Amino acid sequence: MSAVTTVDSPAKRRPRDRVAKLVLHAVLAVGLLVMVGPFLWMLLSSFKSEGEIREVPPTWWPRRLTIGNYADLFDRLDFPAYFTNSVVVATAVTAGNLVLCSAAGYALAKMRFPGRGTLLGLVLGTVMVPGMVTFVPLFVLVSKMGLTNTFAGLILPFLVGAFGVFFMRQFIQSIPDELIESARIDGAGEVRIFWRIILPLCRPALATLGILTFLGSWNNFLWPLVIATTEDKYTLPVALALYSVGQNETDYGLLLAGSVVVVVPVLVVFILLQRHFVRGIATTGLK
Amino acid sequence: MTARPQDAALRRGRRAARLRRAVTGWGFVSPFTILFAVFMAGPVLISLAMSFTDMRSADVRDPLGVNFVGLDQYAKVFGDPLFLKASGNTAFFVLVGVPLTMAAGLAVALGLNSGLTRFKTVFRVGYYLPVVTSIVAVSVVWRFLLQPDTGLVNGLLGLVGVDGPNWLDDENLSLPSLVVMAAWRNLGFQMVIFLAGLQAIPANLYEAARLDGASRRQQFRHVTLPMLRPTMLFVAVITTISYLQFFEESYVMTQGGPLNSTLSVSFHVFKQFGFGNYGYASAMSYVLFVAIVALSLLWFRLLKRKDQ
Repeated sequence: MSAVTTVDSPAKRRPRDRVAKLVLHAVLAVGLLVMVGPFLWMLLSSFKSEGEIREVPPTWWPRRLTIGNYADLFDRLDFPAYFTNSVVVATAVTAGNLVLCSAAGYALAKMRFPGRGTLLGLVLGTVMVPGMVTFVPLFVLVSKMGLTNTFAGLILPFLVGAFGVFFMRQFIQSIPDELIESARIDGAGEVRIFWRIILPLCRPALATLGILTFLGSWNNFLWPLVIATTEDKYTLPVALALYSVGQNETDYGLLLAGSVVVVVPVLVVFILLQRHFVRGIATTGLK
Repeated sequence: MTARPQDAALRRGRRAARLRRAVTGWGFVSPFTILFAVFMAGPVLISLAMSFTDMRSADVRDPLGVNFVGLDQYAKVFGDPLFLKASGNTAFFVLVGVPLTMAAGLAVALGLNSGLTRFKTVFRVGYYLPVVTSIVAVSVVWRFLLQPDTGLVNGLLGLVGVDGPNWLDDENLSLPSLVVMAAWRNLGFQMVIFLAGLQAIPANLYEAARLDGASRRQQFRHVTLPMLRPTMLFVAVITTISYLQFFEESYVMTQGGPLNSTLSVSFHVFKQFGFGNYGYASAMSYVLFVAIVALSLLWFRLLKRKDQ
């Protein structure tokens, strides 16, 4: 499949290569264990009792399975509410990015209008701006608007992104102009062309952007940490962060179960959609 | 001369068409542009303006209390021992972390691309997993794993007779521990980009090199590495930009401690924001901004293609 195989194929069955193959797989497998092991341990330990989690030496398999830690998430904390908040915020942010960034991306890729170049330059120019530069004014702005501790305050600042526009523009540029021209000749308006021709063709790009945006929003915690001031607006990472850096050092089981709730949905989505994901990221990297 | 009325009509038509194009174009970009201006471009400029003032959180209600102080805040930044400490920590994070993560990501990509590997998808998904997970959850797990007596890491070290240290509470080990954790968390991203870069190298280049009698090592040095230059540039710039802003790792793992050994520039900005020193925090964030631009330009100079 790759270059090196073709080069070496005549010699493939030599014993030296079989050894090399074995060693390579072993090394990669050990690496894989290092990458995935912490998550396995987290999952297994979340079913252990508080006492077993602290045992020396640490155990892998729980001696006695308990779902007590998960029950605590409901009884002592309001995890279903945090979960719902996370879903609401991430869904809204993703929807906004998909619609608004692809609309702007379409215009920037396929239309000529005054100010286009300036806008594009401005968008690209912000890529290197560190998050901390906008953090303080953004906080002041959102509080001035009276949006502290509201869903709007959590969602609005992330509704569009420079990356999303750039990414969609790159993809839409590869759509042939003739397709759009012939639709125009048939009398279709721009909105119709965007909705009926561009968006359906963008499905793979939208899938990638959608997954990336959703994950980014789901895992985001600094902004919600500052904006969500009461428990009913906490997102999952905020609740977990506040709970884990606070004085609750004793509740290991609860923390681990909470981490599982934050991580597992993402892992399931990622594994199911990994094809879109990996391909999409690779193409953004090369263009 | 006789064509004049038609010319005028044509010009009018063209102007109408241009106007129509402008209206449609801006119609499509305006929802994005408005949000972008309010929540991104605007704050970038406001932050710059704030950095030349003595604005504090109390001034939000009463903007008249804000004074223009010129470059005073910037002077204060470079005289602040905590900022200098944080800069040193951030520099360490970048100087060690970027090469470490890139080397690890490239090594895995080369392994997966060598053509010998089965279960490619399993490996690729596995190595990428940490990238998609929440830093908060990851840090909960790693704080357990790194615990001095009950942690798995020291447990494993104990098996080979090594008495593992207290990773996160040791002033000299806390930052290196975070660097390794960041490399662990990010190398999957690098791997994916490097894999794409490797697969874009034409196979006939290797064939030609082999016909010339190049060994595997020579092929790597004289074909793979030069052809990978643009990919490396991209990965280096992206990783440098993100590592220069490192913050979340230290916020959730060590809270900047012990003894500020994991305090980063972004963390320091965040703390100053918390204390209400808005002008000062803005000035510091702009210093970071300049560092990011400077280092990215440096990468471009170092890695841009020789023939260009």
